[in-house]
Amino acid sequence: MYDSGKIITGLIIFVLLVTIPVWYNRGTASNVPEPELPKDVKTCVLPKAEITAKHMQLLNQWRDEVIRTGDRSTLEIEGKQYPKSLMLACMKCHTSKVKFCDKCHDYASVKPYCWDCHLAPVE
Amino acid sequence: MDKNRRNFLKVAGISTLAGLGGTAVVDRLVAGVNVAHASTEGGHGAEQGGHEAAPAAHGHAAAADPNANRYGLVIDVKKFYEDPSLGEKCVQACIKTHNIPEFDEKKDEIKWIWMTNYENAFPENPNKYRDEETESNQLPIMCNHCDNPPCVRACPTKATFRNEDGLVLMDYHRCIGCRFCMAACPYGSRSFNWRDPRPFVKELNRDFPTRMRGVVEKCTFCAELVEKGQLPACVEACGESKAMVFGNLNDPNSEIRKVLKENHTIQRNPSLGTLPSVFYIV
Repeated sequence: MYDSGKIITGLIIFVLLVTIPVWYNRGTASNVPEPELPKDVKTCVLPKAEITAKHMQLLNQWRDEVIRTGDRSTLEIEGKQYPKSLMLACMKCHTSKVKFCDKCHDYASVKPYCWDCHLAPVE
Repeated sequence: MDKNRRNFLKVAGISTLAGLGGTAVVDRLVAGVNVAHASTEGGHGAEQGGHEAAPAAHGHAAAADPNANRYGLVIDVKKFYEDPSLGEKCVQACIKTHNIPEFDEKKDEIKWIWMTNYENAFPENPNKYRDEETESNQLPIMCNHCDNPPCVRACPTKATFRNEDGLVLMDYHRCIGCRFCMAACPYGSRSFNWRDPRPFVKELNRDFPTRMRGVVEKCTFCAELVEKGQLPACVEACGESKAMVFGNLNDPNSEIRKVLKENHTIQRNPSLGTLPSVFYIV
């Protein structure tokens, strides 16, 4: 092989450059977030796996039902009636946006625009 | 066939004439089919449902099911003239209920219900020799929740729409801030959020969201209260004075229909054919 010294050095530099993200961020991966769950209420509108995966779709569905079709029927959770609403249902149990919503959203680096208009509970 | 200039010109001339005449005939036929029978009276839900067999054939796309609700409001202007503080009460009730921002700059203003002069509210009824009471007092105006709302037709994203109860509502999630609806609304009932409104809301109602910068907002007839069976905030603020009467226009036994039957009422700019649901006793 001609110029093997140059080629191998070049290859090493190339591999190092390409793998920068891997070794640069080594050991900094944070733990999976643990949002704080309400203490007094144990059931949510959907089972945990479903609400974790699909809460955004559910919120959109509620919005469409409430303002478009005028279906303002309430939900019953542990004997209490709640309207289909982020502010008037979800945040009544999950009383902290910082300790609940933001935990996962920050971790996943998603920035939902909910709070541009909706009011988060006072903390 | 011999091809000389004379014959070519003859054929060309005749086909041109035939072409022009033909399109004129076709145009006329097409126009004849599409003649719209728009009338300002047509489509006022209950009236039609009661006396005519086919309300839909008479008016416009929005001629909804006559059995559905159509909420409306009667405003007794005289009562607002008698008690000038009443108007301010209504406006303030609305501001508090809906987290409406109050800006110092007039151009940023957000208005759902506001007080205005007679000639601004009813430009179609000019009167040089108006009575003193009308001249010196103001009356409340707001979104008319038209039965044939031009804003809904203009909205490219269906962010604004007429719901089943005849309320013209906004879905702020879908509003892209194009302001076509503002251009379409002949009553100036819509306001655009040029700035982030939240810092300018004096007293937050934590049961109702605010809006964000870049969306259009307007009166909703307090849909969130009305659909729970309550009255709109402004009507509630008028209290016992009965200066405002809210109800279902499609229910012949409702209080609003009784008031409409007993009083001569006018609507704002009726000639535009928007069929407003807000009526004024002047």
